[in-house]
Amino acid sequence: MNNLTFGITMLVVGMGGTLATLFLLTLVIRALVTLFPVRPNEKEDKG
Amino acid sequence: MSGAILSALGALLEGVRFLFAHGGPNVIMIAVACAMFWLAIAKRVEPLLLLPIAFGCLLVNLPLSEVMAPGGVLKTLYDFGIGNELFPLLIFVGIGSMTDFTPLLANPRLLLFGAAGQLGIFITLLLALGLGFSKEEAVSVAAIGACDGPTVIFVSNMFAGMNKIPTAMVGALAVAAYSYMALVPVIQPPIMRLLTTRKEREVQMPSPKGKVSKAALIAFPVIVTAITGIIAPQGLPLMGMIMLGNFMKVSGVVPRLANAAENEIANIATLFLGLAIGGTMAGNQFLTRETLMVFGLGLAAITIDTVGGILLGKLWYLLSGGKVNPLVGAAGISAYPMAARLVQNEGQRWNKRNYLLMHAMAANTGGQIGSVMAAAIMLSLLKGLGVI
Repeated sequence: MNNLTFGITMLVVGMGGTLATLFLLTLVIRALVTLFPVRPNEKEDKG
Repeated sequence: MSGAILSALGALLEGVRFLFAHGGPNVIMIAVACAMFWLAIAKRVEPLLLLPIAFGCLLVNLPLSEVMAPGGVLKTLYDFGIGNELFPLLIFVGIGSMTDFTPLLANPRLLLFGAAGQLGIFITLLLALGLGFSKEEAVSVAAIGACDGPTVIFVSNMFAGMNKIPTAMVGALAVAAYSYMALVPVIQPPIMRLLTTRKEREVQMPSPKGKVSKAALIAFPVIVTAITGIIAPQGLPLMGMIMLGNFMKVSGVVPRLANAAENEIANIATLFLGLAIGGTMAGNQFLTRETLMVFGLGLAAITIDTVGGILLGKLWYLLSGGKVNPLVGAAGISAYPMAARLVQNEGQRWNKRNYLLMHAMAANTGGQIGSVMAAAIMLSLLKGLGVI
């Protein structure tokens, strides 16, 4: 594989992969926050 | 008798003789070490790391020094903790325990800034290949765009261990990475002002809504580790260690371990890592054209990271009808919490009622995850492409 093909592959798949993985993580975080909502006593603790 | 005394004195002057005969590069590197001492002490530029690096650099460049010879103190430290990537990973445990992911979990969409802030890695990779670096060297240089010293050392040292890049290059990369991380407050603000309009910089963002439960904070590091392990297993040591540190902290049941990770372990690893990296800066191997190019490309990497984050911020500003301040995008790098504070200061400079800190913190912790994820994906791609 020549350097140009290698570089473009890394740019497209690497950047795309990073973006896609982080997007997946945002969905996971939303699910986590929904699944584990703040309980009333936690709110009082922090307040 | 007098002959013996003269030859003994001659032995003592051997170092001076060497310095005059072949010591040019050593003298230059001793001057570099002194410059790093000045930066660390007088300017407080990353003193925790720059000071031991500079001292290691001084030790290895003194004439006839054997600190990096087999059995030498710095060589032993190098083999013990850099050659097998142990020290950067221990530092990651400490970083994890110092990081608070609460703002990110309260506002998860800002995690995407952490992806845009890695653009510099991949563009710099292309630039380095264009300048004639080998694939492994280019990947190591590009890792500076992660704005994360331990990541750079982990990646470059992996290649040094395979004899794919010179060991001296690890030192150059580490110094470049830490120097530019320290220079983020100098590099970023002009780019922020250049790429945004005053109207954009003045945008106020409402405080993130909702709190985050302890259960979600505890589950987060475990799930991120699992996802990284499945998608990019080559980077699992990096993400696993940072998440271990955070897991210990948020679990609340091992405060002694979390404190040790944040303090003693991180401090000892930082000292040994700095000294051993300084030991790779021997003048005759360090002073090359490639070192200068590494520093140039490192600056390009961090600049492009900032540009990537701000451009995504501008896009978001347009799509949201002006509700997102594009400055927040500049925090999508791994320099935590420096980049977030810069965004807060820059926002308040243009609008005194602007309070961007929590949004910037979310983007900044997203940048930490993004940088490690980008490095992990890069390593897994290299494995997939048969480069490593």
